[in-house]
Amino acid sequence: MNASLIIFFLLAAVAVFGAVSLILQREPIHGALSLIVVMVALAGLYLLIGAEFVAAVQIIVYGGAVMVLFVFVIMLLNAGEEERTNFSKLAGFGGIPLALALSGLIAAALMRSSGSLPSTASHGALTSTKTLSMLLFKDFAYPFELTSFLILVAILGAVVLAQREN
Amino acid sequence: MNEFLTHYAFLIVPIIKVAILMFLVLTVDAYVTWMERKVVAHIQARWGPYRVGPHGLLQPVADGLKFILKEDPMPAGVDKIAYFLAPFLTMMLALTSLAVIPFGPHHFTLWGYESYFSIADLNISLLALFAITALGVYGVVLAGWASNNKYSLLGGLRSSAQMISYELALMLSVVGVLLLAGDFSLRGIVEQQGQSGRGLLSWNLFPQIIGFVCFFTAAIAETNRVPFDLPESESELVAGYHTEYASMKFAMFFLGEYTNMITASCLCTILFFGGWLSPFPASWTFTYYLPAVLLILFGLWLIYDGIRYETLFGRLLLPGVGVALLALGGALFAFPGINGYVQGPFWFLSKVFVFLFVYIWMRGTLPRFRYDQLMSFGWKLLLPVSIANLVLTATVIFIWGKP
Repeated sequence: MNASLIIFFLLAAVAVFGAVSLILQREPIHGALSLIVVMVALAGLYLLIGAEFVAAVQIIVYGGAVMVLFVFVIMLLNAGEEERTNFSKLAGFGGIPLALALSGLIAAALMRSSGSLPSTASHGALTSTKTLSMLLFKDFAYPFELTSFLILVAILGAVVLAQREN
Repeated sequence: MNEFLTHYAFLIVPIIKVAILMFLVLTVDAYVTWMERKVVAHIQARWGPYRVGPHGLLQPVADGLKFILKEDPMPAGVDKIAYFLAPFLTMMLALTSLAVIPFGPHHFTLWGYESYFSIADLNISLLALFAITALGVYGVVLAGWASNNKYSLLGGLRSSAQMISYELALMLSVVGVLLLAGDFSLRGIVEQQGQSGRGLLSWNLFPQIIGFVCFFTAAIAETNRVPFDLPESESELVAGYHTEYASMKFAMFFLGEYTNMITASCLCTILFFGGWLSPFPASWTFTYYLPAVLLILFGLWLIYDGIRYETLFGRLLLPGVGVALLALGGALFAFPGINGYVQGPFWFLSKVFVFLFVYIWMRGTLPRFRYDQLMSFGWKLLLPVSIANLVLTATVIFIWGKP
């Protein structure tokens, strides 16, 4: 066990703990805080593979901007505790087998390719800001712009949905 | 023992540096509150603190004792986790953000481990600093929400809206500097400003004057200081987000605010005012004795002022400190080697001091914004102007190249 492996498992445990806590918390604000923990732990994982820029941006954008908006909205609406309902039948019959199948699939894929998986750190594409921006704005400029267009459409959709009730 | 030190120097040296920086920053925080009370008092034609120690210099110690000894009641119906988390988060993130600030150009080797006048020397130190300060919002927001008090909640809401709005302008106004430097590291940004050796004229301030004005305004808003202190405006919201906090928890918010002020001043110094660089051209070698001369002059003034002081304690303490400063100044004259190490931190700290003074000056003179004015100022003026500055800088660099 080398040091980076220990740090990886620690951060992974924190991220999984945060994600589980996000689902189990009854107060919406506690859920939002758990999500922030997940974001920060993910940023730590990015740092571990040497992607400093991505880690900083992860915290600035997700931890600093997106989650503040979440918390802001929760506070503004003064959302109370969640009410628990019984599991819907569809989730029980369809969801559990689906979840099992998915995890089985991932496990099988990992088992088959164990040892031959390329390590992320060796790529070097994520480590330097310059190469990252070259990839983003030159090689993958078309998918990048398309993604931002999709996000724009999603924002417009949200506005339309919010306006419909009035 | 020596072998142990060289083997673990990578761990021990940073811990020592952290301890020194923590001590210095917390002391400076305490004395910035003293300075603030004195300066604001003199602006309003009062004396300010004068009773505890000579010139009220021991007032921060008395305040600290009071913070520790006060009762710490917890209001009913608070959200316990968030209520306790908020002050710790505020102070911890504020202190962490200072870790990437470089205070001087030199590097020194201790037990075989090479290190700089900064705790961490990262490639992306500017981004790391923004990431840490971006998380700082949660301290204020959580405090406002957890306190179960409508004034706190309004303060927390205001602060989250304000910080999101001004963070955009804050980051966009820096991009011009980044384009000039071509580097994310604060050390690289300062070194780029010193390349021409023309002193003051090669600082980023002149090509980026619009960026500086936007940055400083947004930084004041980010640190919740007058005239942007809407989250804790006492005439409307009692004390805003920290209404329900007392004792050490209140002190933590207080220390967090003042540490953020120091960080913002350091950033202004590094990005636009050449960091540790001297404002004089490199050929003016006689300016190397400026720190020593200033120390000696200040020491002489302390002795002159101290021997006429009313209390016996003051007549002993002030001249004593004056003599110590004289000795320090003399030592700088006598040992040119040490004098070389002092130059960088001297200029850096002098510039930071000027910015801290401007912060306090503004608090003494400017009235608070109204909330709608604050929002329209941030979104309709500051953000477009900083985007225009970015476009202008990029165009000029594209056509004429870097200056």
